[in-house]
Amino acid sequence: MRLGGTGTRGAGPPAPLVWFRRSRTREVLAAYVLIAPHMLALSVFTFFAMGFAFYLGFHRYDLLSPPVFIGMRNFAKIFTDPDFHIALRNTLYYTAVVVPVQTVLALFYAVLLNRPVRFRAFFRAAFYAPSVTASIVISLVFIWLYAKQGIFNYLLSKLGLPATVDWLGNPATALPAIMMMNIWSTAPTFMVVFLAALQDIPDSLLEAAAIDGANAWQRFTRVTLPLLRPSIFFVVVMGTIGCLQVFDQIYIMTRGGPLKSTMTINYLIYSEAFENFRMGYAAALSLILFVLILLLTVIQKRYIDVEVQY
Amino acid sequence: MRGKGILIYALLFAITVVTFSPFVLSILGSLKDTRSILAWPPQIFSPPFHPENYVRVWKASPLFPVWVRNSIVLALITVAVKLLSCSMAGYAFARMRFPGRNVFFWVTLATMMVPYAVTLVPNYTIMAKFGWIDTYLPLIVPGISDAFGVFLMAQFFKTLPRDYEDAARIDGASWFTIFWRVMLPLARPALVALAIFKFQASWNDFLGPLIYLNSPAKFTLPLGLNFFKGQYFHFWELILAGAMFNAVPMLVIFVIFQRYFIKGISLGGLKA
Repeated sequence: MRLGGTGTRGAGPPAPLVWFRRSRTREVLAAYVLIAPHMLALSVFTFFAMGFAFYLGFHRYDLLSPPVFIGMRNFAKIFTDPDFHIALRNTLYYTAVVVPVQTVLALFYAVLLNRPVRFRAFFRAAFYAPSVTASIVISLVFIWLYAKQGIFNYLLSKLGLPATVDWLGNPATALPAIMMMNIWSTAPTFMVVFLAALQDIPDSLLEAAAIDGANAWQRFTRVTLPLLRPSIFFVVVMGTIGCLQVFDQIYIMTRGGPLKSTMTINYLIYSEAFENFRMGYAAALSLILFVLILLLTVIQKRYIDVEVQY
Repeated sequence: MRGKGILIYALLFAITVVTFSPFVLSILGSLKDTRSILAWPPQIFSPPFHPENYVRVWKASPLFPVWVRNSIVLALITVAVKLLSCSMAGYAFARMRFPGRNVFFWVTLATMMVPYAVTLVPNYTIMAKFGWIDTYLPLIVPGISDAFGVFLMAQFFKTLPRDYEDAARIDGASWFTIFWRVMLPLARPALVALAIFKFQASWNDFLGPLIYLNSPAKFTLPLGLNFFKGQYFHFWELILAGAMFNAVPMLVIFVIFQRYFIKGISLGGLKA
C-alpha cells in the first residue's frame, strides 16, 4: 500500500517512520474491531459448536443430567440402528435422483433464457418464482395438490392414467413425490448460476467453432459445456449438500412416514435430538452426515472440477 | 429458422406453466368455499370467489396477525444485524492489512462447507445453557457471522476504486469514518442484494423457529402456518389463503428487486 509514501515529503527519516508505525497500528486495531463481531460469532456458533458436536458424539446427554462419557458407543449403535440404515438409503436415493435431474433442468432453463428472446425478464421471473417461496408454502400447496382427490390426480385422469394414488400416503410414492416437488423448486435457483456463467462465455469462441463447421449441438457439447465445468461443479456440490440435509418438506408433509419411507438422515437427527432428547446420539449422527458430505464433495471435485483451457 | 423460434417460445411458455401454475392454482383454491375446494372432479376455475377467506384467516386464529408481525420484526432485525457485521468484516478483508487476514478470510470461506446439521445440536445445547430457548436471540445472534455475506461484501469492496478512500485519508479521516461515511454509501448495490437474500432467508426459515420457539404467541409465520394446518385441516381454502400471506410479499419483493437477486447470486455464488 502507499501509506509509507505519503509521509515522506520534507521531513527527516525518523518522523515518517513513526507516523507510519502509528498509522499501521491504528489500521490493525481498526481492522480487528471491524472483523470482531463476525469472528466472535463464528468462533462460538461454528467452531466451538463443531468441537462441541465432537464432544457430544462421545457422550450420552439428555439436556438435564450432565453428559456421561460412553466412548464409541454412539457410533457403534449407529451402524446397527435399523432407522439409520433406512434414513441413509432414503437420503442417498433422494440425492442420487434430485441432484442430476435438477442440475440438467437448471442448465436447460438457463440455455433457453440465454437466447435473445422477447420478455426475457418476465420468463426469468416466472421460472425463478418457486425459488423465493418458503418451504412451508410449497409443502402446504403440494399436500393439497397431491391429495387423493387433488388436482395432480385429476390431471393424470385427464391423460387417461390411473388416478387413485394417495401420493403422500403410499410408501412407494411418498419420497418420489417429495423429490419431484423439490426438483421443481430448486432447479431455478441454480439456473441463475448457469445464466451468469453462460453470459461470461465469449462469443468469439462460439463464432470460431461455427466457422470451423461445428453445428449448434457440437458447439454446446464441445465449447459451452467444458467452459461451464466450474459452475457445474458448484451446482452439483451445493445441490448435494442441500439434498443430504433435506428436512423441512419431510417434517411438514410426511413426518418421515408412511412406514419410514421418507425418513432422511436430517429428520432422524431432528427426532433423536428434539423428540427423544438423545443429544449425544444426534450429534454422532450429524458427524457421520458431515463425513458423508465431505467425501462426496472430494469425489465430485476429482471428477467434475477439471481445468479446461482454450 | 422461424419454426425454431416458435419452438423456443413454446418451451418457454410450457416451463412457465409448470413453474407458475401451483401459485395460480393455490390462489384460485384460496378463493373457494370449504365444500367446493374438496369436490371431485376438482373445479379449477369456479366462481363465485370468496375473497373474504383472507379476512377469515386473519380472524380465525387470534395469533395469525401476531405471527405476521413477529416474522416482519425478526426479519428486519436479522437483516440490519447482518448488513452491519458483514459490511464491517467485508471491508476489513477487502482493504485493510492486519496479521492473520488471509487465515481469517480462508477460515470464513471454509465454514460455508459446514452443513448446518452439524452445528444444530451443539448450538441448541449452548442456547439452552444461555437460557435463550423460546426467545428470538438464537435466531439473531449466530447470524452476526455470515460467511456468504462477508464474502459478498468483500468481493464488492474490492471492485471499488481506491481514490475516495485515499482522498478521505489525506484529509485525516479515521478508518471508521472512511468505512461509515465513504465506503458504506458506495456499497449500496451490494447491501441491497445482501438485504434481500437475508430477508428471504429469515422470512422463509422454518427449522430455526421450529427448534427454538415453543410458545405459539412467539411463532413466526412459517411455523404458525404449520400450527394452523394442524388446527384447520378441513379448511384448505383457509390454509392456502394463510400461506399466501407468506408467499405473496416475497414474490412482490422479488419482482421489484429482481436485478439485485440475480447480481447477488452471481457475485456470491460463482466465484466461491
